[in-house]
Amino acid sequence: MSTPTLAVFKLASCDGCQLTLLDCEDELLALAGKVEIAHFLEATSAVAPGPYDLSLVEGSVTTPGDAERVRSIRAASRHLVTIGACATAGGIQALRNFADVNEYRRTVYAHPEYISTLATSTPVSAHVDVDFELRGCPIDRRQLLEVITAFLAGRKPDIPNHSVCFECKRRGTVCVTVAHGTPCLGPVTHAGCGALCPAYQRGCFGCFGPSGSVNLPALIPLLRNGGASRSDSGKGGGGRRAGGLDEDAVMRFLHTFNAAAFDKELRK
Amino acid sequence: MTHRGSRVLHVGSLSRVEGEGALRLHVHDGTVTEARLEIYEPPRFFEAFLRGRAYTEPPDITARVCGICPVAYQMSACAAIEDACGVTVDPVIRDLRRLLYCGEWIESHALHIYLLHAPDFLGRTSAIDLARTHRAEVERGLRLKKAGNALMELLGGRAVHPVNVRLGGFHRAPTRNELRPLAEELKRALDDAWETVRWVAGLDFPDAHTDADLLALAAPDTYAIESGTTAFLRADGTTGSFPLRDFTDRVTETHVAHSTALHSRLDGRLHLTGPLARFAVGGHLLSPVALQAAVEAGLGDPREGAVCRNPYRSILVRAVETVYAVDEALRITEAYEPPARPYTEVPPVAGVGHGATEAPRGLLYHRYEIDADGIVTSASLVPPTAQNQGAIEDDLRRLAQRAISEHDPDDAELTALCERAIRNHDPCISCSTHFLDLTVVRTSGDTPRDFSGGCDA
Repeated sequence: MSTPTLAVFKLASCDGCQLTLLDCEDELLALAGKVEIAHFLEATSAVAPGPYDLSLVEGSVTTPGDAERVRSIRAASRHLVTIGACATAGGIQALRNFADVNEYRRTVYAHPEYISTLATSTPVSAHVDVDFELRGCPIDRRQLLEVITAFLAGRKPDIPNHSVCFECKRRGTVCVTVAHGTPCLGPVTHAGCGALCPAYQRGCFGCFGPSGSVNLPALIPLLRNGGASRSDSGKGGGGRRAGGLDEDAVMRFLHTFNAAAFDKELRK
Repeated sequence: MTHRGSRVLHVGSLSRVEGEGALRLHVHDGTVTEARLEIYEPPRFFEAFLRGRAYTEPPDITARVCGICPVAYQMSACAAIEDACGVTVDPVIRDLRRLLYCGEWIESHALHIYLLHAPDFLGRTSAIDLARTHRAEVERGLRLKKAGNALMELLGGRAVHPVNVRLGGFHRAPTRNELRPLAEELKRALDDAWETVRWVAGLDFPDAHTDADLLALAAPDTYAIESGTTAFLRADGTTGSFPLRDFTDRVTETHVAHSTALHSRLDGRLHLTGPLARFAVGGHLLSPVALQAAVEAGLGDPREGAVCRNPYRSILVRAVETVYAVDEALRITEAYEPPARPYTEVPPVAGVGHGATEAPRGLLYHRYEIDADGIVTSASLVPPTAQNQGAIEDDLRRLAQRAISEHDPDDAELTALCERAIRNHDPCISCSTHFLDLTVVRTSGDTPRDFSGGCDA
C-alpha cells in the first residue's frame, strides 16, 4: 500500500489551526513518517499534485475566488476535514454577515473598489460536502492528532459532542458561574479545549461553537443575572448579581468567534 | 520562458511564510522594472468590526488576526487601551506579560529558524525534508519551540490564542510552584538556544545590504519587548525617536499608484522593523549571555556599535534573541513573587490610546478610540509585515538585479532567490489586516521604470 497523502489548505483565517499541526512537536516527525505531506505551503516548498487522501482545510469562504478554490480542493480530496472555527462556522470574519460589507470595505480601505469580497463569511460545508468538522478557535492539538489517525486508520474520529461543562467537571474546576457569578458559555459550548477558561478564572467565550444539545433560551437569563438568580433560589435579593450582562453585552458575548453558529441557534 | 532579457516571473504561492502571498517580477532588457510582493489574503475587516465592541474585548479579538503571534496582538491591544484609560500596571504584572511574550518569541523564532528559514540555507524544501539529513538539529528546534509553547500554555492557557490575558493583567496569576518546573525546561532550552546560535553561525550567508531605516521600540534599560518608545536608525547613522502618539503622523500608509497595497513609510522613507531593527536600536541592552551569543554568532558587539544590515543574517539575530528570550524568561521565573491581585482595574475613560510592542517579526502598533461607556468607536492596527513590505520589495529588486547582471539565472533559480529573500523577513501575511494587492495592474514593460525612489514608483 502506498503512503497516504496529506494536504493542508488555507482560506480566510489566521494560520493558527495549521500552526497547531506544526505545534505537535513530539509527534511531527513520526507523523511525517506515516504520511506524505503533499501540499502544505506554510511548512514546505515541495508541492505534489492531487488527489490527496486527506485534506485539512483552514479558514472560511469570503471571496469569489475562494468559493471556486474550495470546490477544486474538494474535487482533489478523498477525505476533506475542516479545521477550526473559520472553516466550520465562518469564524470571526462572519461578523460581516450581520453588517453592511460595503461599509466595512469603505472603513478599512481607501480604495474599496479594489477589494474583492463576498458579503458573507461562510463555512466550507456551505459550499461542498465535508467529511468531518473539527471545531475550535484554535483547534486542539490532541483532537487534531485523533482526527488524522482516525482517517488514516479508516475509522470515525472519537470527538465527543458534549459541552464544556463536562470537561470542567472532569477537571474538577469550580463552576465560575455558580461560585462567582461569572458569565460563561460553557453549558452551550462544544467540548475540546479541556475547559481552559474556567480553569483560568474566566467564563468560557464559546470559541468551539455550539455543542450538540444547546439550550440558549435557558442560558440567556443566567447571563443577564450573572449566574444563578437569587430570587429563583429563594435566598432573597432578587437583584442582579455582579457580572450580569446587559442585552448588548449578551449579544456581543455570543457574537465572536462562532458568531454565525450561535446566531443560528438563537433563531431556532 | 520568454527571451531572457525581458520576462515576467510570477510565483503564484509563496511557501514557508505565514499566510498566503505571491510574487511578481518584471524584467525588461535585463533591468528589473518591478518587484512586487502580492498579498492575496482575503480581507477580514478587523478594524471595521472592532467598532461597537466593549473596550475589554480587543485583546481576545485581535489575537485572532494571527495565530503565529497572538500574544503580540493581545499585548499591543492592552497597551493601547490602558493608555486611553490612563492606567499603568504594576511591575509584577509587567514582568508576567514579558514572560508570556518571551514564550511567543521562543516559539515563533524557533519555528522560523528551523521550520521555515534554515531549509533555504541547506537546499531543502522543508524541516521534514531537512530532518532526513539533519535529524538532531530539527529535533533540537522542535524541542526549543516546545519550550516556548510550554511557557505560553502555562501562563496563557494555550499556545495559539491564549485565554489568560485581560486588560490590566491576567485573569489568574501563576503560583511559584506552577512556574518552578518551567525553570527546568528553560534551562534545557538555554542549551538548545546556544546550540542554535552555533549552528546558524556556520551557515553560508550571501552578501546583501539594506539601506532602509531601522525602526524598533526602545526601552530605557532593557531590550524592548512589551513596551517602549519608537526609535530609528537611518542608513547614514542618524538616530531619532518619537512618542507613540505621533506614530501615524510619522509612519504613514499610502496607496501606491498601481496597487491596493498600503505601503508604509517612515518620514517618507522605506523602513524595516524586526530583528535587525531591534538589534540596531537596543542591542547594547541585551543581557550578558545574549551579548556573548551575538559576538559568538559573528554579529559583533552592539555595545561597540555593531549593526547588522544583511537580511540573510537576520536568522543570526533571531538565534541571539532566542537566547535572550530564554535567559530573560529564566530571570523572571526565578525572581517571581505572585502579585496580590492578578490585574489592575481599568475603568473606561473616553479618549484615544496608542500601544506598540515588539512582535517576533517587528513592531506592532494599535490605536483605539473609546467612548465614556467603554465602547470602541475606532480601531487601527499597523502590523510589522505591512510596514516591512516596501523594504522587502526593495530587497527583491536589488537582489534580482544583481543576479541578472552577474550571471543571468534561469527562472527557477531566480524564483528560488526571490522566495529566499522574502523569507529572510519572516513575513506574516495573515497579519495583513488591511493591506492587500488583489488587483494586478502591470506595465507592458516597454519602458524601463525608474526605481530610484523605492519600489512604489
